[in-house]
Amino acid sequence: MSLLGEDIVTEDGEFVINMGPQHPSTHGVLHLKIWLDGETIKRVQPHLGYIHRSIEKMSENLSYRNFIFATSRMDYLSAHINNEACALCVEKGLQIEATPRAQVIRILMAELTRLSSHQLWWGCTGLDLGAVTPFFYAFREREAIMEIMEETCGARLTMNYMVPGGVMYDIHPNFQKRVKDVMKQIKNNLHEYFEILTGNVIFENRTKGVGYLSKEDAISYGVTGPTGRASGVSCDVRKWFPYEGYDKVQFDEILDNCGDCYARYMVRMKEMDQSVSIIEQLIDNIPEGDFQTKTKNVIKLPKGEFYQRVETARGELGVFIVSDGAASPYRIKYRSPNFSNLSAIDHMARGAKIGDLIAIMATLDLVIPDIDR
Amino acid sequence: MRLLLTYSFSSLSSHIHAWLISSMGDGMAALVAEMVIVGISLIVFLVPLCFFLGYMERKVAAFMQLRLGPNRVGPKGSMQIVADTVKLLFKEGLTPTASDKFLFNLAPVIVVVTSMLVMAPIAFAKDFQIWDLSIGVLYVTSISSIAVIGILMAGWSSYNKYSLLGAMRSGAQIVSYELSIGLSILSVIVLTGSLKMSDIVMSQQNGWWIFKGHLPMWISFVIFVIASTAEINRAPFDLTEAEQELTAGFHTEYSGMKFAMFLLSEYINLFVVSAIAATLFLGGWMPFHIGHWELFNHIMDFIPSSIWFMGKTFFIIFIIMQFRWTFPRLRVDQLLTLEWKYLLPISMVNILLATLIAIMGWHF
Repeated sequence: MSLLGEDIVTEDGEFVINMGPQHPSTHGVLHLKIWLDGETIKRVQPHLGYIHRSIEKMSENLSYRNFIFATSRMDYLSAHINNEACALCVEKGLQIEATPRAQVIRILMAELTRLSSHQLWWGCTGLDLGAVTPFFYAFREREAIMEIMEETCGARLTMNYMVPGGVMYDIHPNFQKRVKDVMKQIKNNLHEYFEILTGNVIFENRTKGVGYLSKEDAISYGVTGPTGRASGVSCDVRKWFPYEGYDKVQFDEILDNCGDCYARYMVRMKEMDQSVSIIEQLIDNIPEGDFQTKTKNVIKLPKGEFYQRVETARGELGVFIVSDGAASPYRIKYRSPNFSNLSAIDHMARGAKIGDLIAIMATLDLVIPDIDR
Repeated sequence: MRLLLTYSFSSLSSHIHAWLISSMGDGMAALVAEMVIVGISLIVFLVPLCFFLGYMERKVAAFMQLRLGPNRVGPKGSMQIVADTVKLLFKEGLTPTASDKFLFNLAPVIVVVTSMLVMAPIAFAKDFQIWDLSIGVLYVTSISSIAVIGILMAGWSSYNKYSLLGAMRSGAQIVSYELSIGLSILSVIVLTGSLKMSDIVMSQQNGWWIFKGHLPMWISFVIFVIASTAEINRAPFDLTEAEQELTAGFHTEYSGMKFAMFLLSEYINLFVVSAIAATLFLGGWMPFHIGHWELFNHIMDFIPSSIWFMGKTFFIIFIIMQFRWTFPRLRVDQLLTLEWKYLLPISMVNILLATLIAIMGWHF
């Protein structure tokens, strides 16, 4: 062992690997310290803070109109939904509601975001498990959604479309037609997703029975979103605490009791169908009227504490605003889904192989800037 | 035209041989000169081949992934791979401070040299073979297993944990899959009764083994393609490089030309295993013949033997490339399970069946 000194193997004969912060499958600057016994994982310790930009602290100096857009940079794959959560929370403080038209546009945008986020996740899952081709299939549909976003919001990733009281501008005249086209395209192409990845024997072996998370553990770690629902936890905020009129649309909360990587995969795949169905219900029924409720130029929230939760593509995002009556928040706290979901990784990965850890990370669908904020 | 089609490479090589002996005498010098000529022509052949395979891989990938692939440098992007190679040549070849410098620099050479050595007994066309030694197939299997030493060396000397893990995986993987490869080759050998490459090709004059040998040959062929994909560390068996797990596996620390040598050996190996599969199961350079259809066989003979060989080889290369762009990667324990619990028992039963066919003379 002269070549590989003691610094590589610990006294207990453990092999310690620092996976990240620069690593192809951590999707950003996540740093996982892994204790290995051969290929078997004994312990995983996530190290955070590599992309901490103090969005919460920064927001204390921003106005209620401006702080919303900082959240686009948290979970950048569901930027719309993050913005929506903040806008809703401010609206709660002002005791106003978005106009009916704005509410429907918000749901449409949120579901389009969820679709594009799940598509990116699907591609990356394939990529993480070693299949490169799914990524390009996923991006074909994602690109079409991004083009809709570009047309209406002027941006593709951080759209900055939500404002307190509604949306920033009205939808583009082409919006309805293009959304319908994209929905048709997705419905036609979704079977390809299953053909290339889901039914593959190697894929099933890599995901079935891997990274098991029981219902009790999921609840105790605070795991939400598709990850929690795959463990049988009914935690869809859209169902339990409906906002924006989600109670008026028909959709199912997808639940699975297996709790393994395959269950998490299937829950997300089925959620895509549900998003398509929500969009199809609403796209022809956008009410006429204003796209924004009139608000004062300088928004001041009354003194108090306000909390709003929404369902992002990854789980429950909570926005907690403490106001002292000034033009900017006194304190802001985000309850981000990825932080809680990541906390379960040690529990899930113990005893698994390195390849399993990658599968677990892929199906947790982590977005690192959301963990650090 | 007729001359071109029936032209045999043996006349060219015997001309060169005679000229060398006349100018240098019948001694060591002529032999060395011949070896140098063979070596140079091999490199001259291999580099464009690898360029082509690299280009083909990108185009196949692009074709499967709804995109265009390289299309800017040169006609249809064909010069892209040349540009990439030039870039690699000019890159600084870093050697990590803590690494074992001798082994670190030796490893890529070993890997490339072994894959080039395996080219020796391959029959590229009628009478076109570097060295038709009597134990051709045995030579191929034994030399190709030396490559694992180069990979282990690279992983061990890099002083990198990912490299080490990758190297250890490749050790387990290559040693395991050699068994299946050996057994599936053996099932052809029991039918031909010879290890000599030229004999194996000649024995398929009336039909290729995959057609003559009934079901066991099909099973052997499938097992050979699967196991050799694992042997050359290509997806879905690329656990030694496993980008998403081990960043780049055993060659994480390599850059510049040393990295290019690993890449080169990967493509040479791809060509070699496909060439051997084509030789063993699809008749090598032998044209497609059906029993006593004299006219049909005659027409088939008009296609030059090198085109037959290359066509078959590239068909198998195309299949193996499609594996890479379709399947996810196996996990390390599943990789070994596949070999020891499925492929190995199947090949053992299969070789018994092949032997039975050979003894009873049931093959055509």
